[in-house]
Amino acid sequence: MTAINPHGTSLNHGILSVLVQNRPGVLARVASLFARRGYNIFSLAVAPAEDDAQSRITIVVDLESAPLEQMVKQLFKLVDVVKISELDPRRSIERELLLATIRADAGQRSEIVELVKIFEAKILAVGADALTVSLEGHPDKLDDFEELLGSYAIVELQRTGRVALPKLDRSSRLRGANPNQKGKVG
Amino acid sequence: MSTNQPERITGAQALIRALEMEQVDTIFGLPGGCILPAYDPLLESSIRHVLVRHEQGAGHMAEGYAHVTGRPGVAMVTSGPAATNLVTPLMDAYMDSIPMIGITGQVGTGAIGSDAFQECDTVGITRSCTKHNELVMSADDIPMAVRQAFHIATTGRPGPVLLDLPKDVLQNEMTWHWPTDEEVRASLPGYRPNTKGHPRMIKEAAQMILAAERPILYVGGGMLKARAAEALRELAELTGINVVTTLMARGVFPDDHELNLGMPGMHGTIAATTAMQRSDLLITLGARFDDRITGKVDGFAPDAKVIHVDIDPAEQGKVRRPDVPIVGDCRLVTEDIIREIRDLLASGVAQADISEWKSRVSGWQEIFPLTYDPAEPGAALKPQFCLERLRDSSPEDTIVVSGVGQHQMWASLHWRFNHPYTWVNSGGLGTMGFSIPAAIGAKMGRPDATVWAVDGDGCFQMTAQELVTATVERIPIKIALLNNSYLGMVRQWQEMFYDERYSEVYLSTDTPDYVKWAESMGCVGIRVESPEEVQPAIDLANSINDLTVVIEFRTDSDEKVFPMIPAGCTNDQVLVHPSQQEHRSQL
Repeated sequence: MTAINPHGTSLNHGILSVLVQNRPGVLARVASLFARRGYNIFSLAVAPAEDDAQSRITIVVDLESAPLEQMVKQLFKLVDVVKISELDPRRSIERELLLATIRADAGQRSEIVELVKIFEAKILAVGADALTVSLEGHPDKLDDFEELLGSYAIVELQRTGRVALPKLDRSSRLRGANPNQKGKVG
Repeated sequence: MSTNQPERITGAQALIRALEMEQVDTIFGLPGGCILPAYDPLLESSIRHVLVRHEQGAGHMAEGYAHVTGRPGVAMVTSGPAATNLVTPLMDAYMDSIPMIGITGQVGTGAIGSDAFQECDTVGITRSCTKHNELVMSADDIPMAVRQAFHIATTGRPGPVLLDLPKDVLQNEMTWHWPTDEEVRASLPGYRPNTKGHPRMIKEAAQMILAAERPILYVGGGMLKARAAEALRELAELTGINVVTTLMARGVFPDDHELNLGMPGMHGTIAATTAMQRSDLLITLGARFDDRITGKVDGFAPDAKVIHVDIDPAEQGKVRRPDVPIVGDCRLVTEDIIREIRDLLASGVAQADISEWKSRVSGWQEIFPLTYDPAEPGAALKPQFCLERLRDSSPEDTIVVSGVGQHQMWASLHWRFNHPYTWVNSGGLGTMGFSIPAAIGAKMGRPDATVWAVDGDGCFQMTAQELVTATVERIPIKIALLNNSYLGMVRQWQEMFYDERYSEVYLSTDTPDYVKWAESMGCVGIRVESPEEVQPAIDLANSINDLTVVIEFRTDSDEKVFPMIPAGCTNDQVLVHPSQQEHRSQL
């Protein structure tokens, strides 16, 4: 699972929202399928879905490594996979969370605080010579923030990997329909 | 169970009862620590247990049984090393889409993860070589787990399913409950194989078939899995289109049928391989464009449009993009296509004239038949000669089970398969040592049939301990061992592509002594070294029906499999038998 840009935002990526049975080993099944077939993953986020018996896995995949269609079809073959939605980045809402601890002596602190304000990030903790900040938003925005933070000494940084849902379009906003969703075929 | 009183039984009793409910009549296995509880209720069961000598043997026997019956074969072994010994058969079954149930013991639930004695992460290890697997954590879950396993193994694209059962789960008591079909379905919301082909695609396929000028029916093992032999014959005879049967599909269409061109691919007949290569329409039924069929994919059947019928959507477009993809059960879809073609013909649509194409194809058949140079007087036997004599002396629906290598190719090429489910081999994984245990499994599945294992000396030495199983369990099979003293296929590649630099391929001609080996394991052993000994040995073997017979044919080490398409080449670059070289320009 290698990538030039670890978050994949500027690369040829696809987003899969995969609804799975919430059972032991299901994440391992998904991960080992990707490893075995040589599909690269940029990021992966997993948590229980609206129904407790199911989890939703959001996978950002590298389309250079294999066609999205093959990835979807192979994933469908896992018995625990209930539904897969291919999310078109232009027609979906993507969010990610970033946490970072940055070394900040007295001289640099105000610059960093300024940056935090501009990005509408949050300061979560302040130490004698360091700050911990958080930013939630579109992954592109997190990329920009991370790049600018790069001018300072980053002690630790963690991103969650993106989660995504399809955008509601005008007609479906009322009905709650999901235009991108595909049923399981086999 | 006539009372309404809930019945309390152990997990082990529930397991055996569940297997009985699934119509299991045979388990191939070997007991050990963690699976011990399951072996106790087996004493009262109607299920026949075949005690193997190595767990790999149990797995291949289950596969052989499934190959010939279409019902899932069951292998039951203990945890740890027994489970890892089952990995090869599971992968073999996965590659060849064989319905199989693996049952493994596991350390007690409290000990899982502690590196306990004979513990291994069986579901982790077998995740990528099973269609599905499950660690069952409660005795109450056993009946549902068994029902799910059989449902998944036998529906959609068949495959192996493994159940891992901790010892305490087998020992604990549970309340017996047999899940209904609806309960099973509801428990697997993500598993809905699609069997019915898309009507629009079927219509399109029928139109393309009638319009094609150089069509070929490219038929794979999926047609056997779908039990579609009759539908295939109807489609072929309705349209007059030639059929090629892949290594996994041998027997699905009679070799004696005039439309059959035999096996295509790396060692396929010239007519089959070339007809695919020159075709304008590949009607692909339950085949998956394996690299042994296509050769270099870029140069494969360059002018052909592709209709691809497969129950596994992931096969569509995996190797070759189909023009008409049809996801569905191969038998149902083939029947639908036939119906559609009949409707089109009835409405006045005429089929394109394919007579010129067919005469080209039959020209290749005539110019490039299978051939080999007969042995010089006094020289070693030709393996093809031995197989032809065996073929001509064996009952009509003899089941042939092969290992992997040259002997496998010769058996597939030189036998005449006229009945489905009479050819059993390891195609996708290429598992040496497959034949003897698989032949035992096949004989258990079809006790009425004559079962000949065709084996090589390399393969034989990998699993021949199961001859003891055959003898002790009274499962008489016959083995034609083609002993050329070498790992023959590897030797062939070293001769042809490594300047005859033979590296680690010589095994030995007379060590082991195969006759003594056979006899020590309770079998009849016969050694054949000259052509005149061939027929009497075969006749003797065919007359013995209560013991396993091993005939060792001492064969020519230099003999190679032809035709051959070298790895990395396109199918246009096929190497014909040297005696046919002068006709090569007519391809």
